Amino acid sequence: MGKNQPLPSEQTDARLTVRRNASGSLVLEIAGDWLARAGLPGIEPVERELAAAGGAKALEFDTAALGRWNSGLMTFILKCHALCETHKLEFRAETLPAAVAKLIRLSRVVPEKKDAVRTVRQVPFLERVGESAIGAWAGTRGMLTFTGENVLAFLNMLRGRAQFRWADTFLVMQECGPQALGIVALINFLIGLILAFVGATELTRFGASIYVADMVSIATVREMGCIMTGIIICGRTGAAFAAQLGTMKVNQEIEAFQTFGISPVEFLVLPRMLALIAMMPLLVLFADLISIAGGFLISTMMLNITPTLYLHRAVQAITLTSFLLGVFKGAYFGVLIALTGCLRGIQCGSNAAAVGLATTSAVVTGITAIIASDGIFAVICKALDI
Amino acid sequence: MDAEAQTPKIEIRDLTMAYGSFVVMRDINASIKRGEIFIIMGGSGCGKSTLLRQMIGLKEPAQGDIFYDGVPFWKSSDEERQKRLRTFGVAFQGGALWSSMTLAENIGLPLGEYTDLSAAEIADIARLKLALVGLKGFEDYYPSEISGGMSKRAGLARALALDPDILFFDEPSAGLDPISSHNLDQLILQLRDSLGATFVVVSHELQSIFAIGDNSVFLDINTRTMRAQGNPRDLLQHSTDPYVREFLARGESAPAKPAPEPTPV
Repeated sequence: MGKNQPLPSEQTDARLTVRRNASGSLVLEIAGDWLARAGLPGIEPVERELAAAGGAKALEFDTAALGRWNSGLMTFILKCHALCETHKLEFRAETLPAAVAKLIRLSRVVPEKKDAVRTVRQVPFLERVGESAIGAWAGTRGMLTFTGENVLAFLNMLRGRAQFRWADTFLVMQECGPQALGIVALINFLIGLILAFVGATELTRFGASIYVADMVSIATVREMGCIMTGIIICGRTGAAFAAQLGTMKVNQEIEAFQTFGISPVEFLVLPRMLALIAMMPLLVLFADLISIAGGFLISTMMLNITPTLYLHRAVQAITLTSFLLGVFKGAYFGVLIALTGCLRGIQCGSNAAAVGLATTSAVVTGITAIIASDGIFAVICKALDI
Repeated sequence: MDAEAQTPKIEIRDLTMAYGSFVVMRDINASIKRGEIFIIMGGSGCGKSTLLRQMIGLKEPAQGDIFYDGVPFWKSSDEERQKRLRTFGVAFQGGALWSSMTLAENIGLPLGEYTDLSAAEIADIARLKLALVGLKGFEDYYPSEISGGMSKRAGLARALALDPDILFFDEPSAGLDPISSHNLDQLILQLRDSLGATFVVVSHELQSIFAIGDNSVFLDINTRTMRAQGNPRDLLQHSTDPYVREFLARGESAPAKPAPEPTPV
């Protein structure tokens, strides 16, 4: 060792030797290539030597045989520096190569900010409960405030004083209505098929397969048509609302509305709300039709029910009340989707990750609200005997 | 202050900014005359933009108030504040143009809301404002189709839409090349001279600060308050605070001997 002989391999091993010189200083002989990778010599030999002999006054380096180096060497030297401070040794930076000494100085120019390092604090259980309760209350208040603002915006619109553009409303209508027909048709056709299959296997056992038509029609018109359409539109349009408004928030576009005294609720939320209120009943109507057609396919092909008979039973089973109930629920779900989508968008933080969270939260809140309120509708309908 | 016949255009009195219980800045006082270009400066993250947000009605101060023409801003009714907002123009850092509208529509929207001009007249004004910022011919472009520097200028054009009394500009030079940045400074100076509007500019670009600033406030994150007020060129020469001189001299050691008296406001 000591001779700077290049080895045949591309990278020579990093070597560290600790010795003392005549004046009582500790000398670290650093040799070979000190490139950051696993297996570089650690600080332990130096610590051991200090503990074993003690009494050293200074730390010097001998880098005559040092090959290439990078951060691997730097971290080691910094550890030596810290060791010198704890053991009150003189750190002879001048014995290091000039470039290394410069970097060491640079890394120590600005003293460490003592309160900058984050410490993970163990939060007591009660505090966490309290914090989440406060958070939940703040969330509820935000939702109620937002709903109130929307009601005011709606009243303003009825008085013809709302600041919004019908052109935007029609654009959103096109996006959430006609352009959603494909997916609404596909899902509801499959739901019709599935309902008919379930009915077919169970009802045939009682020789009552003719009632498949009744079952599919009633289930579709009262519940499945509006729920499935609501969920599809929530995932498709509600998420889009949250992402659009969230991105506008990030770009300060929403603040720009505020500084012009234009209410973001009126200008951005109202058109989306109106579009969904107008489009959802139509989509539900379409979904009902398609789903009953799905049942029709199964009934006529598998159950030997004639087309006329199926249609006759279907028309008999659907009352105007249940049909209107489904369509009304569709409009109501439209309001829920617009509210949750736009609320999450407007509440969005100001970075890209927040937009993702807003979108997720909009869909989760929206679907939960749809299913929960449908349950409430079912109870009310039972009580009112609708 | 009483000796002055004219009430200051903008006066910030004992303003404290806070997020929840965390105080960002306290005891900010400044007085801005009509037609001045007032710079809010300070290191990164010290609350320059927060001060701006409080001046334009986006965030309520924890304490104190801002007076426009001697009228309190936050302590007046919502309706009065909305009316006051209509005399402001705000140019945001990235332009904040409404992305679903063309540049002409961006400028035309506030005009459509607050004036009874016809669509053709609104289009004329939009063309004029875009021409003022050097974007003639870009009326039908969408914000996504123009560059960052152009977005900034288009944002300024939109801020000019309602012929504002006071123009707020957040970081005009950030992210611009030196030539565009210089041109934007010249544009601000020309607009001030021709419109007579008062400008409030958030900036930490020294060249821009010295080129356009008549008056300034220096916010410091460490002391959590303002450290100096006055013309930035005077502050560079005569500020009693070495940190302020160091900031204005770009970190090089302060050039001049400290003046014996505090800088006149």
